[in-house]
Parts: sequence; structure tokens; C-alpha cells
Amino acid sequence: MSSLTEKDRPIVQLLLNTGTCPRCILRFCCVGSQTLYRHPHKELVKDLKELVRNKQEKEDTVCFDIVDPPCKRSRLGCTEEGPDDLKHNGVLQQSPLVNDEDTAVENCPVKPCSICLGILQEFCEADFVKKVCQKVLSADYQFTSFVLSVSLPPQLSVREHAAWLLVKQEMGKLGLSLAKDDIVQLKEAYKWIIHPQLSEELGVPADGKSLFEVSMVFAHPETDKECHFLATACPDCFKPAKNKQSVFTRMAVIKALEKIKEEDFLLHFPCPPSPPENLCVALEIQCNNGAVFVAGRYNKYSRNLPQTPWIIDGERKLESSVEELISEHLVAEFKADSFNFSSSGREDVDVRTLGSGRPFAVELVNPHRIHFTAEEMKGLQQTINNSSDKIQVRDLQLVTREAIGRMKEGEEEKTKTYSALIWTDKAIQREDIAFLDDIQELKLDQKTPLRVLHRRPLAVRCRIIHTMKSEYIDEHHFRLHLKTQAGTYIKEFVHGDFGRTKPNIGSLLNRTADILELDVESVDVDWPPAL
Amino acid sequence: AAAGGAERYFRRWYKADVKGRPCEDFCVLQHSNRRVGLRGGSAQICVITLAEAHPLLQSGKTITSVNYQISANCSRLQNKVSGKSKRGAQFLTELAPLCRISSSDGEEYTIYSCIRGRLIEVNENILSNPAILQEKPSTEGYIAVVLPKFEESKSITQGLLTQEEYEEVLSKRLNSS
Repeated sequence: MSSLTEKDRPIVQLLLNTGTCPRCILRFCCVGSQTLYRHPHKELVKDLKELVRNKQEKEDTVCFDIVDPPCKRSRLGCTEEGPDDLKHNGVLQQSPLVNDEDTAVENCPVKPCSICLGILQEFCEADFVKKVCQKVLSADYQFTSFVLSVSLPPQLSVREHAAWLLVKQEMGKLGLSLAKDDIVQLKEAYKWIIHPQLSEELGVPADGKSLFEVSMVFAHPETDKECHFLATACPDCFKPAKNKQSVFTRMAVIKALEKIKEEDFLLHFPCPPSPPENLCVALEIQCNNGAVFVAGRYNKYSRNLPQTPWIIDGERKLESSVEELISEHLVAEFKADSFNFSSSGREDVDVRTLGSGRPFAVELVNPHRIHFTAEEMKGLQQTINNSSDKIQVRDLQLVTREAIGRMKEGEEEKTKTYSALIWTDKAIQREDIAFLDDIQELKLDQKTPLRVLHRRPLAVRCRIIHTMKSEYIDEHHFRLHLKTQAGTYIKEFVHGDFGRTKPNIGSLLNRTADILELDVESVDVDWPPAL
Repeated sequence: AAAGGAERYFRRWYKADVKGRPCEDFCVLQHSNRRVGLRGGSAQICVITLAEAHPLLQSGKTITSVNYQISANCSRLQNKVSGKSKRGAQFLTELAPLCRISSSDGEEYTIYSCIRGRLIEVNENILSNPAILQEKPSTEGYIAVVLPKFEESKSITQGLLTQEEYEEVLSKRLNSS
């Protein structure tokens, strides 16, 4: 063990005595060599004992033996000396004889480490890795790398703190200091050991930026109450429990440990920490893929289709919706859990979207499938278009999360053009509407329309109608094409909304006007890129 | 032909002979769009207007003033609302006065809320142009916009007459005169 030297001996000895596993011992000796942690558990134990023994040979003490019962020793031809009664410092270290028939003679149960509760022991073994990989592979995700997220029970921080105090004290006797930050973090050591194994089995590298997350949650119910004393010692660190979850979160416990005075800590918690009966348990292993984004432009040809599902009192008022017609197929193909649909503005139920359509983006949440070629995307586009004549999509493509910002920019900044079919109460002649074509940059003051006032704040919006072009139809009808600023209420510009939009077509023509039909002709946003 | 697109989605309710004053009828336009409250109930925007039978809408009447200052401490013009829930609004009961209107023949009429709820806005256009109240009483000549509370949605129209019921009232008046 090149990274452990003579000066580490007293600490190694101390920790071996207190039921600490070899890898935790390496951590507390600030060993930074990743490969050392990957050595097999048995080998590390052997080497550590040897390190201690080399000193002890000079003294008249027994070499002790945490994990190797007599049967194992003879098999491996271990050269340990000393009697079989394994006693040291009054702490009985005798391993129980094998009482589990399934276990091979070789694998006598290892006592759980009193610091890591088995995380750096059992949960580094090939068996566990296999179990994890089985779970991951059976979940059937597409991924090219993975990031491992490990959640440890908060009481591990408490035990770590206790062990640190113990080691710090011992080092103090030798005139040395040990900052808590110098100790190798448990999670870090765990990842050093398990990443290569997972990588090998899954066939992809570990990458902190990976979108594919494998999460492990460990629990140790036996010691859950160990944190509770912190609530009395540092009450302000623990906020009342939200959503019936435990108030002893990892963050809260760590904060409390930073605050609590050494003397107070030692009053309430055994130092060294007491050895546990059981190992940690690994709760459900979960996989999650980061969201992917699919963008495109949609046309809407129905005057009876809402943007989002229209449900009142649990009853669906209108069949389907723009977002469902587009997203359903995407969710199916990407095998996602759910979707979030957004678009650059939207139109009413009774308004069509013509021209090159309106930009939209669909966030696919936790997709199992993420790789699609341009051809496959084209095929997906065709599937959506074949499935409904109410909407059509184009330029369907994968985009990044950042790209969504461009779309939302469009909503507020870019112009839109419309075509409105207008009715007037009093007769009109061609000359009566011709002047509309000459009006440029018409400023409107629009109060929040009455039809949305139930759910929007009362405000006045200043909006601009850039240009208009009229098409005479008959004495009571004409078509008006308008190019307007984003956020202009067109219907209210036509009928005036009880005089709350000024000016309006009625006031301009000195008549009462109504809007019979409205179409969006274009949404002037040049995103997503046309294919 | 439709009277205009602005009124398409409103349902008409009536209150007749308010405060016992003959023919002082009002029409409450209730919009179909509802906002559902988290704790139940719903809210629909209501527009308070004069009904056709109101004396102010009869021929020969000239409006001389419209006054939103209904008491020493209360001016409807000072109503300020903020946010979606229209916080800060003056609260109205059925007989809360909205404004007082005088005509050239010396008469003074009080316009009442007719429903309980938050005052959203009063129509300032009729201050500058009182004629519009008589020309377009059901649209540009509206008096005020009120939003009832979620909890009271079920009872909001209890004190009001439907179109049919109001027409009966009108025909009774004709028959008795």
C-alpha cells in the first residue's frame, strides 16, 4: 500500500478496532489513489492488518482479525500469528460462525462498517453491480453514457462526524491535525469503485453531464433515529416537515453538524460510533432520461379545436386539442412518461392557422428512446399528418432546451398577420373602406377583453396595427388583412369590446362591426429552421 | 342580424322597478366564460347596463350629468383592482349605487349594481360622452363591470329575472296601463 505509510498506523489501528471497513480507513487516512479503493475487500483487510502487525510485531500484542474466521484462514493459508481468541481493547471482534447454509465457506458474513454501514463494502461487490445493471437494462432505455446519483441516509453524516472527532483526537496526540475536508468523501470513494464496474457492464462511460441518470437510494432504518438529537441541539436547522416528509433531510443534518459544538455532540452520540446490526438496504434503483425537445410548426384547419384539452367539471367539452393531436404520437415513439407542449402564442378555438404555421415545441419527459435519424423524424411527421386533418405539422426536428427561448421571443416580439371576415350593420360601399389600406402604424389602446377578464388582470395594452388591406365583398361584408404587433387582440379590434378597445373597426367606419371569421395568415418567427 | 360581436357570449338577466321606482329596469350581461375557484364555485364577468325600458332611454330625455361620486367618501372612479383576483376592488351589494345620472328635466336617477361582487371598472366613456349611454346602452354605453365572488356563484342570479320572466313583467305593464 504505497499510499499508507508508517505514520498512518495508529489511525489504522484505531479504526480497525472500532469496526471500520478498510475503505473507510483509507478515506480517513486521506488516501487519494482511486485504484487502491478498487482492490478487493478481503485484500484490503489483509493489507491493513499487515501494516498494523508490522508495528505490533515489536510489541507483545495480538494481531486481530475482524473478518477471517478460523476456517477461512486455513484455506487461504493466512500467515497470521497469534491465538484464536480475537480480542482487542475489550471489543469483542469474533466473527459469528457461518449460520447461513447458502453462503460458501469462503464468504463468511462481513460485519457492516460502523461508518459507511456497508456502502463501501457489500454495495461495491460484483453481485450488487449485476443487480443494478439488470434493473437498468430491463428498463429499456437508449443511452450513450450515464450519471450515477447516490442518496445516502443522513445518519451517515453523523457517524462520519463522530469518526472524524475520534481520529482528530488521536492525531492530536501525535501533534497532527485533520480537517474534515481532508477526508475523502464517502460518495466520491463509492463512485471511484463502482463507476468502472457499471461502465463495463453497461458498455457506456460515466459522465457527470449525462442525461441518463441512474439513481440509487440507500436506507438504514435501524439507525434512522440517530439524527434526532440534533433537533434539540440545533432546532433552527430543522424546518417543519413539508408534505409529511422527514424533517431530517441530508442538508439539514449537515448544517446542524457544522453548527453543533464538539462537546455537545459527544454528549449525545457515541464516539466511536457503535457498530450496526445490519447493512444498509438499497431501495428501488431508478432510471431517468433527461427531457428531449421536438420542435416544428403547426397548421390548424379546424374552427372547433382548442389548443389544450377543454375540460369543465371533469367533462370534456370539445374533442381533442392541438397539443394532444401533435404530442400523442411523439410520446408513443419516444416512449416518454409525459409531455409539455408550448408554442409561440396561440389562437382561439374558432381560429385557423394558415401559411407556414405557428412554431411549437414539445418537451418529452423521461423518454426511453432518444435517437432518431432525420429520416425517422420525417416519418414521424408523416404519421402525425396522416392521423388528423384538423392539424398538420412541418419542420419537425429535435432541438435543444435553449432553443425554446427563441420561440418564446417570437411570442412577444414578432409580428403576426391575420385575415378577418367582417360584418357591418349599416351598408358599406367600396369607398367607405378604402381608406383602411392607407393607415399605417395605427396605435390601439386595448383594455383586457371582457371575455378573458375573469382570469386576467385588468390592464390597458398599447398595441400597433402596422398595415391593413381590405377586400370588399358586399354591402355588409368585407375581408380585412392585417399585420399587427404580437399580443394584439384582433377580435376586439373589430367589434370594439364595448368600446374598451379604441380605436376599433366600428369607430373607424362609424358603424357597428362584428367579426365572423378569423384566420392567422402568418407568425413571423424564423424558428425552427425550415427543413 | 347580430347586434355586434361583442355581445355574442353574454346571457341577459334583468332587475325591474328597482327600489320600487317604476320602469327603472336594469340588464345584467353575464359572460359565458367561467373561472373555476380552487375551493369550488366559479366567477363570470358581468356587465351592468340599462334595460330598454329605463326612463333615461326614452325619447326626449337629455342627460346633463353623470356622477360616479356616490357619497362623500366613495367615488367609483377611484376603484383600483390588481391581479387576477382583482384585489382592492370596492365590494358591491345588490343595491349599491354605481352612479347618479341627471337629466335636463330635473330628474335624477341612481344606477344600482343589481348583483353582489367586486367592482372591476366603471365606464368612463359615458362621462365624456353621455349620449352613448342612450345610443348604445347594451354595448358602449354600459355602466360598470362586476365580478362576483367564487363562493357566491350559485346565488348570483337568484335575485334576477330571466329574459322570459322579464318579458312577462313588460307585458303585465302594458296590460295594466
